[in-house]
Amino acid sequence: MINADHLSKNYGPVRAVDDISFDIAAGDIVGLLGPNGSGKTTIMRMLTGFFAPTAGTCSVAGVDLVEDSLGARRHIGYLPENIALYPDMNVRGYLTFAARTRDFGGNVKQRVDDVMEECGLAHMARRTIGKMSKGYRQRVGIAQAIVHEPEVLILDEPTVGLDPRQIVEIRSLISQLAGRSTVLLSTHILPEVSVTCRRVLILDEGRLVAEDTAEGLTKKTVGKREAVLRLRANAAEAVRVLGAVDGVESVEVTATASDGTVSLLVAAEQATDLVPALVREVSERGWPLYEATPRVMSLEELFVKILEDGVGS
Amino acid sequence: MSRFTALLRRELRGFFGSPLVYFVAAVFLALSGYYFYTDLNAFITFGFGDSIVEHLWQRLFNDIVRVVLTVIPLVTMRVYAEEKNLGTIELLYTSPLRDGEILAAKYLACMCVFLVLLGSTVLYPAMIYYIQPFDLSQLKAIYLGLFMLVSTMVLIGIFVSSLTQTQLIAAMFTYGSVLLLWNLSWNEAALPTDLLGVISQLCAYDHFEPFARGIVELKHVAYFAALSLLMVFGTLRSMESRQWRGRR
Repeated sequence: MINADHLSKNYGPVRAVDDISFDIAAGDIVGLLGPNGSGKTTIMRMLTGFFAPTAGTCSVAGVDLVEDSLGARRHIGYLPENIALYPDMNVRGYLTFAARTRDFGGNVKQRVDDVMEECGLAHMARRTIGKMSKGYRQRVGIAQAIVHEPEVLILDEPTVGLDPRQIVEIRSLISQLAGRSTVLLSTHILPEVSVTCRRVLILDEGRLVAEDTAEGLTKKTVGKREAVLRLRANAAEAVRVLGAVDGVESVEVTATASDGTVSLLVAAEQATDLVPALVREVSERGWPLYEATPRVMSLEELFVKILEDGVGS
Repeated sequence: MSRFTALLRRELRGFFGSPLVYFVAAVFLALSGYYFYTDLNAFITFGFGDSIVEHLWQRLFNDIVRVVLTVIPLVTMRVYAEEKNLGTIELLYTSPLRDGEILAAKYLACMCVFLVLLGSTVLYPAMIYYIQPFDLSQLKAIYLGLFMLVSTMVLIGIFVSSLTQTQLIAAMFTYGSVLLLWNLSWNEAALPTDLLGVISQLCAYDHFEPFARGIVELKHVAYFAALSLLMVFGTLRSMESRQWRGRR
């Protein structure tokens, strides 16, 4: 449904996207993961026909974006990063405008009603967009992307700048859409792709460095070598006791809270799940335990691991 | 409703839904009314019985053009600059709309504003005609010239707006451009004699002035048409520049 073939884009002397190829099957939900400046937005702008690639080709729903940009754009719903909407229009007016400018063939009024219902905007139909909260504006952004029933949805950082409750709502909305459209979404937040996507394309400096399933990525990011513990005990004694557990290489106090709890980072000598042994030791001592988790890697650490291991690609 | 009609409606809403255009219209109507009063007064005091075209309409519409030239940048400054600044242009560029359709909708919306403003000036000759009928053919030539002049200047303003994200910069450069084009050959003594012919051919005033005298000549029509086409070409290239600049 979405095809990129040796796609490159130069901005003057700078190569923003470097020879990227991928295929996304109909109905799939795929994440583009990478730090800021890794080329995610540039790829999305090529796939939406905003601009043409410097080299390579891309197509959406079988229509080549270079040869027939206008035809391809009919199949695409796009949510740009930091969505900008006309602040003087109300929700219904804006969605009607979006449906008409994208050649929606059916009953526009009915479709706008349905989309507002689906995106939780029905009670906001007459509200001026400029007076809405960021979370609701994002909903309007998603509503305008789906109002013409596109086969392909391209969402650039759909949860950026939202509060945690809004993030959960938007993620659930995206998951509902995945059944009907093929979805490509970008993010620089590691857990986001694991929650929302089935497959992940990992970008760094304009290159595709790895490709994996969401499950595979989760396995890679959950560190086998380190565990995070928070418990109430004497810090020095906890370091001494846990340091003596089989397989533990080092114990480091990362924080001491005013409520008397200490946070510890425990590293193993080799790749092994430390958490059960550590929990057993702590409970034998009768120390109240508040947290015990394998440490999840940051995006930066994942990149280092991918580049070092060359895995997954 | 076609996608173009939807786009045009959106553009018209952008103008008539914001207070700016009403302030602009108020100032325009106040100034044009003032000029009508003073020019009519001068005509009655000094030139009654002479040609009404030469002594009233020519003078009045030259005065009105000066007001129009001041107003044009305030109307055209927002058309692209505001959309680029807000970011809304990205969704237009990724909708199945041709660049030409976007430009046409923006141009037509601007012209609707000026049709309302210039349409209101018909009241002045209508009042005179009611009291003392006169030959309308010359007045038609004046309005044709005024339409061509405003249309061309609007396209200049749209082109300038397509080059920037800042409305104030768009307004200032448009004002500078239209004023320079209007006054290009105002002091012939200051211009080199061998360039005088060329500069005079580029000066908008020299091409509008025959219309103001009631004369329609093809070369003057061609001047405005050619300049308009150049601005359309420039704006379309400016829109296309996202291909290599990678920005809105």
